[in-house]
Amino acid sequence: MSGGAGWDSPGGDAAAGGVPDELDEEDATGAFRRARGGVSARFSTPQAVILRNLVSQLAELMEDTAAEPGLAGQEPPWPEQAAQEPPGQEPPGQEPPGQEQAGPGEQPPSLEDLAAMLGGEGPASPPQDPVLARLLPDAYRDDPEAAGEFRRYTEQSLRSGKVAAARTVLATLPEHGGRVRLGPEEAQAWLRSLNDLRLAIGTMLGITEDYEDELEAAAWADPRSAYLEAYHWLGYLQDSLVRALS
Amino acid sequence: MSVAPAEVEREEAGLDAVPDTPWVTIVWNDPINLMSYVTYVFQKVFGYAKPKAEKLMLDVHHKGRAVVSNGTRESMEKDVEILHGYGLWATVSHDR
Repeated sequence: MSGGAGWDSPGGDAAAGGVPDELDEEDATGAFRRARGGVSARFSTPQAVILRNLVSQLAELMEDTAAEPGLAGQEPPWPEQAAQEPPGQEPPGQEPPGQEQAGPGEQPPSLEDLAAMLGGEGPASPPQDPVLARLLPDAYRDDPEAAGEFRRYTEQSLRSGKVAAARTVLATLPEHGGRVRLGPEEAQAWLRSLNDLRLAIGTMLGITEDYEDELEAAAWADPRSAYLEAYHWLGYLQDSLVRALS
Repeated sequence: MSVAPAEVEREEAGLDAVPDTPWVTIVWNDPINLMSYVTYVFQKVFGYAKPKAEKLMLDVHHKGRAVVSNGTRESMEKDVEILHGYGLWATVSHDR
C-alpha cells in the first residue's frame, strides 16, 4: 500500500490565470477540501485536461469489451441506472463463462491510448492483461472455476459501475478547469474513479511501494517520468479527497 | 456447502477469524492503493470504527493480507464484489 504523498510541485498552476476568478489567491489547485454540502477543489486548465483525458481513457477501456454492442460508439450521458440493469440485456446465464473480456480479434483499447494521455510517446506498451486483471480481479485466488463463475455474473456490473463513476467525473469537471463542487454521491464516484485510474497507471508502470524514489531518479527524458508525475499527483488528489470526506 | 451461523458477527472479523464461520473475505496488499483510502473503504463498506479499519489496513500492509469479514459464501461474494468496485484486491476464501 502507498502511504500517500505530499505534493511539492503546484503542477499546472501556470495556467491558473485562465480559470474563472471566484477563487481565492491562496487556494492551491488540484486538491480537495471540505465544503458546504460536500467537497470542493479547484483545477487548473492543464490539470482538468489531463484528468479528463485519463478518465475518458479509463471509461473506454472499461466500456469497450462490455457486452453491450448497442451502446458502443454512442456518447449519451451515461445514466446512473445503466450501472444497474440495462433494459433488454440478456440474463447473465446466457453469456459465455468468463470470456466476455476479449473476444478473438477484438482487443481492448491499447494502453498506448492511456499512455497518450499526457502527449508524447510512451515506452513500449506493457501487456494489457495486467491492467484489466487489476481492475477486474479474480474473486477466488486458487479456484479458477469459482473465479470464472463469479466473473460471469459480476464483471458486467463491475465494468458498468466503473464507467458510471468515470462519467460522473467527466460531467462534473469543467473542460478548462475551475471550481468543482461535489455532493456525497459524486464524491464517491470521484473517489472510485481516481482509484481506478491509479490502478491502471500504476499497473502499467509496474509501480512499487518505493516508486517515489523512482520518481526522483527518473530523468525528464525518461518517458515514464510524465506518468510517474501524473500518478503521484493523482495519489495526492485522491488522498485529499479521502481526508475531506473523513 | 456448509451452513453458516444464523448471526454473522462482523465485529469479530480479523486475522483470528471465528472458526465456525467458514467463509472469509481477504484483502491483499498491493503497492498502489493508498493507506488512507483503504481505511476509508473498510469504514464505509463494513461500518467499522476507524481504529478497527486502521488495524485491518495495517494488517494488509504489513502481513500482506487480512481477513476483513466472514460469513456465508454468498455474503462474502457480495463483499468482494463491493470491494472490487472500490478497486481493492479482495478474494473469497474457504476458511479452513
